[in-house]
Amino acid sequence: MTTSVPHLTELPLERPKGCPFDPPPELGSLRDEHPLARLTFPDGHEGWLATGHAIVRAVVADPRFSARQELMHTPLPGAAAMAEMPPAAPGMFIKMDGAEHARYRKLLTGKFTVRRMRRLTERVEQVTAEHLDAMERQGTTADLVPAFAQPIPALMICELLGVPYDDHEFFRRNVAPLNRPDAPLEEQEAAMNALGGYLYELVVAKRAEPTDDILGELVTTDLTDEELTGIAFLLLGAGLDTTANMLALGTFALLRHPDQLALLREDPESIDGAIEELLRYLTIAHTGVRTALEDVEIGGQIVKAGEVVALSAAAANRDPLKFPEPDRLDVRRNAAGHAAFGHGVHQCLGQQLARVQMKVAFTGLLGRFPALRLAVPADEIPLRTDSDIHGVYALPVAWG
Amino acid sequence: MKIEVDRERCVGAGMCVLTAPEVFGQDEEDGRVRLLDPEPAGIGDAAQSCPAAAITAAD
Repeated sequence: MTTSVPHLTELPLERPKGCPFDPPPELGSLRDEHPLARLTFPDGHEGWLATGHAIVRAVVADPRFSARQELMHTPLPGAAAMAEMPPAAPGMFIKMDGAEHARYRKLLTGKFTVRRMRRLTERVEQVTAEHLDAMERQGTTADLVPAFAQPIPALMICELLGVPYDDHEFFRRNVAPLNRPDAPLEEQEAAMNALGGYLYELVVAKRAEPTDDILGELVTTDLTDEELTGIAFLLLGAGLDTTANMLALGTFALLRHPDQLALLREDPESIDGAIEELLRYLTIAHTGVRTALEDVEIGGQIVKAGEVVALSAAAANRDPLKFPEPDRLDVRRNAAGHAAFGHGVHQCLGQQLARVQMKVAFTGLLGRFPALRLAVPADEIPLRTDSDIHGVYALPVAWG
Repeated sequence: MKIEVDRERCVGAGMCVLTAPEVFGQDEEDGRVRLLDPEPAGIGDAAQSCPAAAITAAD
């Protein structure tokens, strides 16, 4: 039996004034009554919006829902939402299903294990210390985004993959429009082509002369140059623009919650739990999508074959049925089971790398600067309201 | 309790290793789950948190 549900004509995207960490309030009120509602997509597609923790996890864990790019409609407004989606390019496994996806993922899982990532701790500590030293040398204030949050994960993903870090400004410039749904399509295509061309050259060079890094290892498998380029593209893009936002937005959130920051400073061992809570509370990758491959009865509704479900991970991670007092940042809570890295077979491949980086970087930053504070009023911090990855464009801080 | 893992379903996310490191490990080569203790006292919420539903627990 199906019951009647609300029908939204657009995805709510505006975060509440003065609460840049909270999801749009409309999502919360919708979730508590109708965790699965109808949604009209920007291109006119009549799909669904899932906001409850249980239903978001159920959809992404269900193989009757597809991640294939050519079946997608985009819920976020912008040029990309209106474009016809081609099938995923070779190697772009996050937009593939089943055996096709598994073939790529299985070649990569061994390279991102908990143990292998923890072995990087010392190197991350070294890189973090170098950036903190540089901040101290140049004064008592800095924009934390370019001085700290962006370069540490960028350097680490470049080293891991075997991509020259000297070219990171080129990557950053080209990754930026790809995470901004409202960027003109031509700009996105130019960025894709520039990055793709660069990485293809790199793959060809590594095939001629394999190096001791992930791409160097992958050229010895049966993957083609095109597939390797796609994989490099995904891993580089994911490494550049995710942890960086967690570091900057996470610092912003801690500075705006001095009681929680004090708890973390008193008990540095609680950092692991605090990171899970920041992941839950901030849910920077806020919206996902899946398409029904057949009619699926779920959440008291029937999602018909071909209909797309927009998945609000941000609303799911504030679901009071899963997390008591969900809108409170509480570094001591058990945030396990959050959907910040997704769920299902596409759950973030690099999550253990992200955890190691966040642990080292937050610990280093708070340890080095006991008087760390915002250098401008909180409402002047520029938010990434135009991005599908939440964060800040700048975070001026002071420590003197 | 008795634990079974399905290495074919496993996607190597590492959630089980974080949750119950004495019970679950990851293969050094392919990153997929290795069961270190098939009859542990408990595994916390490792089964529910597995993204690929590759862990089965029976009392």
